[in-house]
Amino acid sequence: MDARDALMTGTTSDGRLVRRPLSPHLQVYRPQITSVLSISHRISGIALAVGTFLLVSWLLAAAEGPSAFAEAQAFMGSFLGRLMLFGWTLALFYHFCNGIRHLAWDLGHGYDLESVTRTGWFTVGAAVGLTLLAWALGYAVMG
Amino acid sequence: MAKPAKLTRAAMQSGLGRARGLGAAKEGVQHWWVQRLTAAALVPLTLWFVASVILLTGADHATVSAWIARPFNTVLLLCLLGATFWHASLGLQVVIEDYIHRERTRLAALLAVKAVLLLGALSGILAVLRVAL
Repeated sequence: MDARDALMTGTTSDGRLVRRPLSPHLQVYRPQITSVLSISHRISGIALAVGTFLLVSWLLAAAEGPSAFAEAQAFMGSFLGRLMLFGWTLALFYHFCNGIRHLAWDLGHGYDLESVTRTGWFTVGAAVGLTLLAWALGYAVMG
Repeated sequence: MAKPAKLTRAAMQSGLGRARGLGAAKEGVQHWWVQRLTAAALVPLTLWFVASVILLTGADHATVSAWIARPFNTVLLLCLLGATFWHASLGLQVVIEDYIHRERTRLAALLAVKAVLLLGALSGILAVLRVAL
């Protein structure tokens, strides 16, 4: 019994206090490709939801007019802007690739442990590769 | 001794519950299904948008406005905004429901996040239409 046990309480419908069973804590486990990619999908999803407002502000700046748009472009081109955009691109491609992995699972494919590990590492490689490719092409377009 | 009745789905559900087919959550698999549907829609939309943004790197206001105003791009941008914010709303809802346990806090967080996402979606749609129309 440790301090955390004391917090694992709930109430029944008639108001009695009951002790809930305590499941093993996350930090007991060694990080594995499966669990790390699973939580990364969530974290990248949250980051993308925040980043969507970057896209909206870019569109709003375009609607506002040339001077507002020039300011927005200047921010995106700054070091901080580029850093945010790079993080956004990586989160996007990771969530994109892992999302396709999830859709494949939903269709019943690739559930065995070997496939899960293989598609997991493939997802990591594809996300990094696509991010670098997108930025290389962006710089090439800019000249 | 009589054999206990087998606990099949048919034996445990009421007739009305079976006809509605929506289970205890009252909305069936709608949340799950729409999350997958928007995800599938976002696959081509995301590829199109990223490719477009790469081609627009460093472009000035006139070029970007003209790009947004082309009907094909206007429609796809509206689809992208709708699918993205809908998908984000469903996803963040699950995250909040998983991690915030106090009922009042959870409800407040859900309402706040959904309100902010709705504002974002409307702002994006307004911006696109303002440029396009």
